[in-house]
Amino acid sequence: MKPVNKKKNTRPDKSFKSELKRRFDMLLLQHMQAFIFSLGQYLKYPLSNVLTTAVIGISLALPASFYLLLDNVRFVSSSWDGSLQVTLFLKTDIDNEQALSFASKLKENNKINEAILIKREDALAEYQKLSGFADALNALDENPLPNVILVKPAVNGTSETDTESLVNELEALPEVDSAQYDSKWIQRLIYLLDIVNRLIIILSTLLAIGVLLIVGNTIRLSIYNRRAEIEITKLFGGTDSFIQRPFLYSGLWYGAFGGIIAWVLITVSMQMLRGPVKQLANLYASDFQLIGLGFINSVLLIAIGIALGLVGSWISVKRHLKAIDPV
Amino acid sequence: MIRFTNVNMTYPDGNEALRNINLHVAQGAMVYITGRSGAGKSTLLRLIALIDRHSRGQIIINGQNLDRVRNRRIPLFRRHIGFMFQDHRLLHDRTVFDNVALPLVIAGYRHQEIRKRVQAALDKVSLLPKINSYPMSLSGGEQQRVGVARAVVHRPAILLADEPTGNLDPALSWDTMKLFEQFNQVGVTVLIASHDLDMIKRLQKRIITLKQGRILTHAGTPIEENVKTDEAS
Repeated sequence: MKPVNKKKNTRPDKSFKSELKRRFDMLLLQHMQAFIFSLGQYLKYPLSNVLTTAVIGISLALPASFYLLLDNVRFVSSSWDGSLQVTLFLKTDIDNEQALSFASKLKENNKINEAILIKREDALAEYQKLSGFADALNALDENPLPNVILVKPAVNGTSETDTESLVNELEALPEVDSAQYDSKWIQRLIYLLDIVNRLIIILSTLLAIGVLLIVGNTIRLSIYNRRAEIEITKLFGGTDSFIQRPFLYSGLWYGAFGGIIAWVLITVSMQMLRGPVKQLANLYASDFQLIGLGFINSVLLIAIGIALGLVGSWISVKRHLKAIDPV
Repeated sequence: MIRFTNVNMTYPDGNEALRNINLHVAQGAMVYITGRSGAGKSTLLRLIALIDRHSRGQIIINGQNLDRVRNRRIPLFRRHIGFMFQDHRLLHDRTVFDNVALPLVIAGYRHQEIRKRVQAALDKVSLLPKINSYPMSLSGGEQQRVGVARAVVHRPAILLADEPTGNLDPALSWDTMKLFEQFNQVGVTVLIASHDLDMIKRLQKRIITLKQGRILTHAGTPIEENVKTDEAS
């Protein structure tokens, strides 16, 4: 075909490289146009678009805030893990001095943070005072209680199996009669958190599909509304990628703004919860503070929004754009 | 420029829109296609623009055999064609400028170039003062001229117009046709489908009359002459 409308700089004697650069420049320009144009379209119909974006934002905020909640519970329970203690009942033939040196020996073990000796006399005195069996105890010839050492495991080795093996190790020592470690409720909590985690994954998947459907349907409507424009564009030689580009960028905007709305919702909610949580933590003499989203998670949240928006619009564009032919 | 050899067109619903069409239009020629509605005028234009593909025969446009133009090359092929429609088909949510600029934006021109060419095209149809108006605020004739400007702004080799004057009064129709003649004079091959036979006859150009999908008559400039000029180019 004899080109009537080609520009001077596209003559065939120009090198391949400059042709490549020209195409790249053109592509960049068209991407910029689609990027700006789709933003313009978004701002042109603020009410309906803000509503759509709000739905996306809430759909993103729900699973994200559940994750955050889980994170906080995990953080709190991990600090409980650290305060766990193992009770060592020493054999009755171990006297006070031996018990004291045993306790200080334990403290040198790097898996142990603290080892506090409760002397049998002290234990007896306390028991007499608290139990009300003082007379009965006085009737005994000797103190029936053993020396006890309270062991706090080191904080950095607090996984379930670590604590378990430490308990076994301590129980095997010759001075120790038995070791007690109440792990059941921690285990229950951990399993419970696992279930909650699974539930959040299921919920997130469902809501992500929801976002895909919302974006897909919105893009479908906007393809339908701009049918005339698509037809004319095809008639004047617009390629498929040229036509679908603004729709894909609309999906990107929906996702990005949805992510930002989700971020705002979560941040505001966290701010509202911060005070009461602090008061509660004070009651437990803890300086626990709510963990917020943080920078990386905020970026991740918005990135997930953008990804879902793009995928949703891509699916819609692939399905619906092909059906439109110039008439 | 445009050559049909034994072209048949049957739509999937069995409607035989064109039968055994042989036609040659030289580069730079201006041809009117007339006939009653349903005679195949629009189909002829649609085949040239590859909106539909013909069923049998051979079509060569600008040296390109349309059978060999693969689907993904169709957009590039269409960039050498300008379109005009009876119902204007302007985009009502865009300004006159944006409407006329569309073919250039599609082809990836830079903004400065687009502005220059759009202004030139609008100047040609005497609508430069309306450059920032919306199509709805223009009269029917003005809208049609915006359509003309859009059809020629990318300097196509071929201009196809389907009933371009269908909705206009005689005076405006005449002006529009004269506008097409101006573009034809600068080398654009122009094909106009119209049923307004009285006016077409006064324009003294070649006329092809279709009836029930066949060419009924040729009138105006002899065909032989067109063949010669085409081979010379």
